[in-house]
Amino acid sequence: MQTLNIARRQFASYFNGPAAYIVIALVLILTGFLFFYIPGAFFLTGRASLRTLFQMMPFTLMFACPALTMGLLAEEKRNGTLELLVTMPVREWEIIVGKYLAAVGLLAVTFALTLPYPLVVNSLGNLDWGAVWTGYFGLLLEGSALLAIGMMASSFTDNQLIAFFVAGTLAFVFVIVGYATPFFPSGLASVVEQMSFSFHFESMARGVLDTKDLVFFCSVIFFPLAIAFRGLESRRWK
Amino acid sequence: MSDVMIEARNLTKSYGAVRALDDVSFQVRKGEVLGFLGPNGAGKTTAMKILTCFIAPTEGTATVNGADVWDDSLAVRRSIGYLPESTPLYTEMMVLEYLEFAARMRGLKGPEAHKALKRAVEETGIGDMLARTIRELSKGYKQRVGLAQALVHTPPVLILDEPMSGLDPNQAIEIRDLITSVGKERTVVLSTHNLAEVQVSCDRVLIISKGRIVADDTPDALVATAGKARFVVDVKKGSKTDGEVRELLGKVKGVDRVRPIEVGREELGFEIVPTGDEDLRAALFQAAVEGGLVLLGLRREGQNLESIFRGLTTGDAPSRKEQRAADSALATTREERPSAKKSDAADAESSDDADPKKED
Repeated sequence: MQTLNIARRQFASYFNGPAAYIVIALVLILTGFLFFYIPGAFFLTGRASLRTLFQMMPFTLMFACPALTMGLLAEEKRNGTLELLVTMPVREWEIIVGKYLAAVGLLAVTFALTLPYPLVVNSLGNLDWGAVWTGYFGLLLEGSALLAIGMMASSFTDNQLIAFFVAGTLAFVFVIVGYATPFFPSGLASVVEQMSFSFHFESMARGVLDTKDLVFFCSVIFFPLAIAFRGLESRRWK
Repeated sequence: MSDVMIEARNLTKSYGAVRALDDVSFQVRKGEVLGFLGPNGAGKTTAMKILTCFIAPTEGTATVNGADVWDDSLAVRRSIGYLPESTPLYTEMMVLEYLEFAARMRGLKGPEAHKALKRAVEETGIGDMLARTIRELSKGYKQRVGLAQALVHTPPVLILDEPMSGLDPNQAIEIRDLITSVGKERTVVLSTHNLAEVQVSCDRVLIISKGRIVADDTPDALVATAGKARFVVDVKKGSKTDGEVRELLGKVKGVDRVRPIEVGREELGFEIVPTGDEDLRAALFQAAVEGGLVLLGLRREGQNLESIFRGLTTGDAPSRKEQRAADSALATTREERPSAKKSDAADAESSDDADPKKED
């Protein structure tokens, strides 16, 4: 209940300021650009598939997710509102999860706004909707993992900019590292591959749902949130 | 159930080497308005943050409405309404939106929440501001919104950190009246460095200095037991110089010290501290007449809260029995008393008591 109260307030507060609009607009513009203009993308493949779109999207999420999460705790710490929030009858994990859900919700809204792409593609050819939904699900999973990392970064500091850059750097590493496997020695390469978001997202972008990928993303969501929870709790002992 | 609403036992809070609170114990009874008084950095805010479970004490514990801040912090937080220093609010929200959030977070729903909101809004007089964004409000109104969120669930305990700081005198009086009226049914702990506020709105005062309680009494009792009265003499400027007048008045029997004070341009003012308790007015009048001074004013003043506060928190303290803590903290200016040693021993004991709790 408290979790939902917090999620609701946080979600509303996204739209009280410019943050949500800017992030949504940037994601949509970047998506459109990547979809239609990048060589080798949609028109070159000549197939009614969103696979290229899904493969490009993580690059926009790399920036969008840290932007959505940077203020979640950092801003409340800076303004002192966190003090009021945690002295209400609410558990620390409810605050973390509530705020996190608000960010995930906003990301879901952003994805919903890209639905015109599959609709257009569908009008051009025979679109496999099953693959599309799997792809969106994968995107939401990857986005949620990035948001959890952002949440963690936001719990470290009271400076939004620092939270953004920490989360952005981690996001960059996790998203990009999968493309850099050829540069690692062969033993390490498979480890690096297993850690890479793009590796686990790849099959979902093709429309294949694998438990391994699900487990991977769920743990990448869980651990940063657990750290954020500890970070929030640690203020009591400082 | 006893009528003790808040009980703090041997609270100590260290930030690294700095002791923000040092073995502080006190009780607040139901319906009492307690004022924390102390200079900035004395530990008032730290004590409040511990009571509201924002931070945990390094040693010691506290209970609020029967619940322990260590074992049942959720129950503690259900019993309190809290207004932190500087009134942090979600400034991008509308007042009504924010208060609805506060009510929901306190577990109020539906018609019950609506009624509670209406009452809090009426009590704080923010009815006209509900549709405004908090950012646009004046400081006074922000403060009221902060109070409204603290009041909305009619908590038995209100904890207000400097509720009147930064307000203009009119706003301060309004907020003070509000606190006095809500304090009739509830236990209120407020902190301030405004002494007049304490004298008007508090039933009891805790004076805190350097993390220790240096006085704990009603404002009236503090003033009454603060010891010696002072005499204030105003004479017309003229034949005699400042120094000559001081010497003249200093010779009067029973006068300990004469200190010039600021008065008008045509007058010389002096504050006279007597050695004993007797009334020196007659003797001072005689001395002035015999010395050829034109006396413009002569009065006796009891010590006010301000001078007591200054005395207790800067080291030039009047002698009082509750003062052992102050003395040990301010040992540089006064002789060590055996009782100060005793309080150190108490420190050591309390740290043993509290240690096991620290681990959970």
